[in-house]
Amino acid sequence: MELWYSEKHTENVKFSIKVDKHLVSTQSEFQKIDIFESKEFGRFLTLDGLMMVTQKDEFIYHDMIVHVPMATNPEIKQVLVIGAGDGGTIRELLKYDTIEHIDLVEIDKMVVDVCKEFLPQTASQLDHRKVTSHFEDGLKFIRTIENKYDLIIVDSTDPFGPGEGLFSKEFYRHCYRALTHSGILINQHESPYYESYAKAMQRAHQRIKETFDVAKVYQAHIPTYPSGHWLFGFASKGMIGHDITQIEKWNELNIKTNYYNTALHVGCFALPNYVLDLLEKSYDQ
Amino acid sequence: MCMNNQNNTPLLDGLYEYQKKRIVGFDVPGHKQKKINKSLIDVFSYQTLALDFNASKALDNLANPSGIIAQAQQLAAELFRAKHAFFIVNGTSLAVMVMIMSVAKKGEKIILPRNVHKSVINALVLSGINPIYVNPQVDKQLGIGLAMDVMDIENTIKQHPDAKAIFVNNPTYYGVCADLTSIVSLAKDSNMHVIVDEAHGTHFYFSDELPISAMDAGATMSSVSMHKTGGSLTQSSMILINEDIDKDHVLSIINLLQTTSPSYLLMASLDIARRELALFGKEQVSKILQISEYARKEINNMDGYYAFSKEKANQPGFYDFDRTKLSVHTYNAGLSGLQVYEKLRDEYDIQVEFGDLSNILAIVSFGDRYLDIERLLAALSDIKRNVDNSDKEMIFSEYLHPICVLSPTDAYNATKESISKKQSIGKICGESIMAYPPGIPIVSYGELITKKVIDVIDYIQANHGFLMGAKDSSLSYIQVVKEQENGIMV
Repeated sequence: MELWYSEKHTENVKFSIKVDKHLVSTQSEFQKIDIFESKEFGRFLTLDGLMMVTQKDEFIYHDMIVHVPMATNPEIKQVLVIGAGDGGTIRELLKYDTIEHIDLVEIDKMVVDVCKEFLPQTASQLDHRKVTSHFEDGLKFIRTIENKYDLIIVDSTDPFGPGEGLFSKEFYRHCYRALTHSGILINQHESPYYESYAKAMQRAHQRIKETFDVAKVYQAHIPTYPSGHWLFGFASKGMIGHDITQIEKWNELNIKTNYYNTALHVGCFALPNYVLDLLEKSYDQ
Repeated sequence: MCMNNQNNTPLLDGLYEYQKKRIVGFDVPGHKQKKINKSLIDVFSYQTLALDFNASKALDNLANPSGIIAQAQQLAAELFRAKHAFFIVNGTSLAVMVMIMSVAKKGEKIILPRNVHKSVINALVLSGINPIYVNPQVDKQLGIGLAMDVMDIENTIKQHPDAKAIFVNNPTYYGVCADLTSIVSLAKDSNMHVIVDEAHGTHFYFSDELPISAMDAGATMSSVSMHKTGGSLTQSSMILINEDIDKDHVLSIINLLQTTSPSYLLMASLDIARRELALFGKEQVSKILQISEYARKEINNMDGYYAFSKEKANQPGFYDFDRTKLSVHTYNAGLSGLQVYEKLRDEYDIQVEFGDLSNILAIVSFGDRYLDIERLLAALSDIKRNVDNSDKEMIFSEYLHPICVLSPTDAYNATKESISKKQSIGKICGESIMAYPPGIPIVSYGELITKKVIDVIDYIQANHGFLMGAKDSSLSYIQVVKEQENGIMV
C-alpha cells in the first residue's frame, strides 16, 4: 500500500509527497492541522491541507523572512511576529542578541502545541524568555498599537482562510502605525506564478504600496510551495530604504545560515521581468 | 410541539422522491432537469437543476397546498408557535402586502408609522386603503426614527376607532422594538388586528434574551423574512397567523399577488432552513449575540463611535432592542454614516447593510465568524484614525414628519408633471423617493415636498448615496401632482 499527500497547486496541477506515517490529524477552531512523516521531506505540517513547513526546506523560508530585514537594520530591538506558529521564524530571530523582545501573535494555539510536540526542529525555542506568545487574531492585536516595533514579520497562511485579514488594507495601515519611524514590515507575499496566487500577490503589493513609502519585493526558491517560486514583501516608512551599503557588516555577527548570505541579499531583489510586470499592474484598478 | 418531527423535511424529501421516479416531463420548466444547458449546470451544479420542478399532484401546489407543502408549512407553524404558516416566494415585500390587504379593504383605515418599507406604501397604493400615520418617536442623539409609542397609538385609536388594524414594524431596521404586548392588548380592546413586519426578526423565535416575537405577543399576523436572518435562499419568506384571522381568506389574498410558478428551490430552502433553526437555532442565535456584544464593546472603546444597545431602550418608542444588530453612530467621530459605508466598501472591501446621515448598520448573522468581525473592527478603527473632516459640512439625520395631502392611491393615480427639484418645493409628491437600503421613503405619494426634503435628497446625492423610486433617476426632476387638473388647492 502506498500513502501519498497531495496538494492541488491549481485546479489542474497536483503536488504529491509519499508519506510513511500520518502522525497528527486534528481540527482546531480555525483549521485542520496535519503532520506527516515522509522519506523525502522529513516531517511536514499542513493547515487545511496546504503545505506550511517541511523539515527539509523550512530553512530557506525562515532564513529569508528574518535575515533580510535584520541585515538591513542591525538596530532592530522590538519585534512583532504574526502567524508563525511553527516557531521557525522565532528560532532565526533569536540568533540576534541585539533583539530585546519578540511578541508572537498566533491565532491558533493548537498549531503551536502540535509543533512543539512533533516539530521541535522549528518549535523548540517558542518558550524562550525573550518571547511572549499571544493567542489571538493578529488584526485585533495590532489595531491599538502605536510606534512600538522596529520589525513586524507577517508569517501568515494564504489569504484564503484564517489568514485573510492579514492581507487586508486595514491590517497594513495598522502595521504602519505600530512601527517606529525606522520600522520594517516583512510579509510572506505569495507566488507570482500560478494565477490565483499571483492575484493575491498583486493585491497585497498594491495595498502595501498605498500605505508604505517603500514597498519592495524579493524572492526565494522554496521547493514545496506552489511553483517553488516564492516572494516576500519589504516595506518601510522611508527612513530605512533598502540600503545595501551596510549589509556587509552582517558577516561580522558570524550567524550561521544555510541559505542566506549577503551576496544573495543583493541578488534576491532582482526580479524576473514577468514579476516586475505583475507588480507594475495594479490588481485593483 | 413534537420536536422529533422537526428533524424531517417533507418538502425536500418529496422532491427527492420525485427525482428518483425519473419521470419523463412534457411540462415546464423547459430545461427539464436535463444536462442540456451546460453553463447553467457549471454555475449552479446539476443537483440544483434536478430539483427545479413545476407544481404537480406529487409535488403539491403552493396556491392550495394539501401535500408536502402543507406538511412543511405545518412544521414551520409549530416551530414559530403560530396557528398556520404560509410559504412565500416573492419576498417579504409580498408578505407585507398580503398582510395589509388581508385586514382591510379599499377606503378602510389602518394605523401605521411613517418610517415603513416601500412595500407597505405599495400595498396602500394598490389597495386604496387609507394610512393613518402615527409619528414614530425620534432619538435626538442618534437622529433615527424609533418605533411608535403606546400612548400615541392610544390617542390615534381614539381619533380613528374605525381603523381595522395596527401595523407594527418590529424590529425596525436599527433593531428598535415597540411594546408589542401592550399594543396587542390595546388593539384587542378596540377590535383591531395587529400585523407585524418582522422582516428582521426571524431570530426572535429562538432566544429568551431577545425581544418578544409577534406570535408570542399575540399579534394576528407576522411576516418573517426567513432569508434575511433565518438562513434560507434570497426571496423566500413566510407569513405566520394566529386564530384571529381566517386562513383561507389570507390564502386568497396571497393567490391574488403571488407568482403562479413558485420555485421549489426557494420552497425547499425554507423547509431546510426551518429544520436547521429547529435543531441549531438557539445555539446559533446565542453565538450571534456573543459576536455582536463583543463588537459593540470594542467599537465603544474606539473614541467617537457609539454602538448603542439596550441602555437606549428606556424612552418612548424604544421599548426593547435586538442586540444582534450592530448599529453604529458615527456622527461624533466626524463622519457621516454614508461616508463610512462608502469607505468600508471602496477602500476595505467590507459591505455593511447601509449608512444613513449619521449611522451605519452591520447585520450579524449565522454566517459570521470572529475573523470577519475583526476585519470590520480594524477598518472602523482605521477610518477613525484617519478622519479629517474638519472642512466638510455634515447634516444630522432626523426624522421628517410627513405632511399628507392626498391618499397614496389618489396621488398615484393623479395626473402628474415633472418639474425641477428646486421648483418642487411646496408641491404634492407624485412618486416615492428613498435611499435604498433602508428603503424607507424620504417623501412619498401624496405628501408635501418641503425644503427639508430637498435638502436631505441633495445631501445624500452629494455623498453618493443610492436614491431610487423617482422616474428621473438623476433626480433633476421630480414628479408632482398637477394640482389644477386634479382640482386640488394646497
